[in-house]
Amino acid sequence: MKNRLFVYAAVAAATTVIPLVAGAQATDTLAKVKSAGSITMGVRDSSGALSYTLGDGKYVGYHIEICQRIVANIEKAVGKKLEIKYQPVTSQNRIPLVQNGTVDIECGSTTNNATRQKDVAFALTTYVEEVRIAVRTNSNITSIKQLDGKNLATTTGTTSVQTLRKHERATGVDFKEVFGKDHADSFLLLESGRAEAFVMDGQILAGNIATSKNPTDFHIVGEVLNVEPIAIMVRKDDPAMKKVADDTIRELQKSGELPKLYDKWFVQPIPPKNTRIGLAASEATKAAWANLNDKPMEDYAKK
Amino acid sequence: MTWDWQVFLNDDGSGGRTYLQWMVDAWGWTLAVAGCAWVVALLMGALMGTLRTLPHSPWLRGLATCWVELFRNIPVLVQLFLWYFVVPKLVPAAQGIPSFVLVVLGLGFFTSARIAEQVRAGIQSLPRGQMDAALAMGLTTAQSYRYVLLPMAFRIILPPLTSEAMSLLKNSSVAFAVSISELTMFAMQAQEETSRGIEIYIAVTALYALSALVVNRAMVWIERRVQLPGTMATHSAGGRS
Repeated sequence: MKNRLFVYAAVAAATTVIPLVAGAQATDTLAKVKSAGSITMGVRDSSGALSYTLGDGKYVGYHIEICQRIVANIEKAVGKKLEIKYQPVTSQNRIPLVQNGTVDIECGSTTNNATRQKDVAFALTTYVEEVRIAVRTNSNITSIKQLDGKNLATTTGTTSVQTLRKHERATGVDFKEVFGKDHADSFLLLESGRAEAFVMDGQILAGNIATSKNPTDFHIVGEVLNVEPIAIMVRKDDPAMKKVADDTIRELQKSGELPKLYDKWFVQPIPPKNTRIGLAASEATKAAWANLNDKPMEDYAKK
Repeated sequence: MTWDWQVFLNDDGSGGRTYLQWMVDAWGWTLAVAGCAWVVALLMGALMGTLRTLPHSPWLRGLATCWVELFRNIPVLVQLFLWYFVVPKLVPAAQGIPSFVLVVLGLGFFTSARIAEQVRAGIQSLPRGQMDAALAMGLTTAQSYRYVLLPMAFRIILPPLTSEAMSLLKNSSVAFAVSISELTMFAMQAQEETSRGIEIYIAVTALYALSALVVNRAMVWIERRVQLPGTMATHSAGGRS
């Protein structure tokens, strides 16, 4: 019995103490990386061309390249060469890892929204994602309205699931959602005919279509279902760090490099297989570049 | 970081359903998948385990051995994938089978292979004399199994069956891969929508732990109820496995 009490006490202690320890990290990232001589970049395994792995611990992508520019400016600010460490993160752990100091700057595909702004800070928006619909070319579907009562694939753990739920409520249509456990799985649902459409971030749809067996069998159609600003994430209450990140993005915009970087990753062939995503910058993304800001997703919906 | 347990009372965007209600629904799916799969697993496990011990039927024994090796040697997630994506390629009609049925059969068959081995072990642990005595009494082979061997064998293997039932409950989390909105899917989805992953995962973990504990207690209760005085002197009713 004593043993069991001890276990309960230990569990209770662990659940209360860990978050306290996590919250007690210093928020001066510049001082931290200067004394450590290294900076840890949070990266994703497969977030389309924003952030992905080539294997062998190599990570590349549009946001990673922007982050490398930011790190170069951090090196200038602290007057020291920094070693870049890559830490793969998932959508489940990216925010805790930034908060507790494991990751200094997250360069993935994180949507900037009001809830997250309570926990972390976002650099200026560098990419605006549009949620779109991919269908089989031979299906004659051109709009979300035609999908009433049909099977719709989307991926568990993405904001698209909630977008669909809200859309159903607002328009009264009834989708039969089938959930893939990852994007490849959801695309397979569309490919195998279990679903008539795949609803997801435009660049992910474009990427999956580009790497499928017959890219001409699928296309992206219909209206934009949701707009989400995607941004690089840093710790909250660390104005010096956010300033370096924001200033770097402003520089890239002023010099005209931002569209070039976009073109490099989203339009031109990219490693490892030299496929093209072939997704020109959306109007929303161009608007974000023209008017650099760190507004959360909720401000986009208001428009 | 601060706690925000109020997140469970937020509307999930569908209008009128809170995350708490969603989690309870999801818990229901988890229990339904695990419960139905358990019935399939017990029935097929008992059948296949029995077949594996039949003395004079090499064909049936071979069939049961194939069943066990097939379902035990392939990871359960891969099995579900085969049922969900590959089988419909070969048999187009299979596309119409609801994914709930697929996951119940998939998990049930996987677990049945493990239970079959326990049933076999249980039967083989009985002294040979039991079968001989039953046959000498004039019982047929089927009757000997039904009235003599299986009742004893099942009592012997109740503790490992308890573990198996608890594993099945936790394995039911693979159902999220075939679009069943059970607890694991709820956790993955709700943490993304609310950005309160730690609270969501703590709540879901508690529900899994609670469910497994209830299964454990229920099996221990059954174990005590069916205990025969004098037959299992060496076997204490702990059931914690």
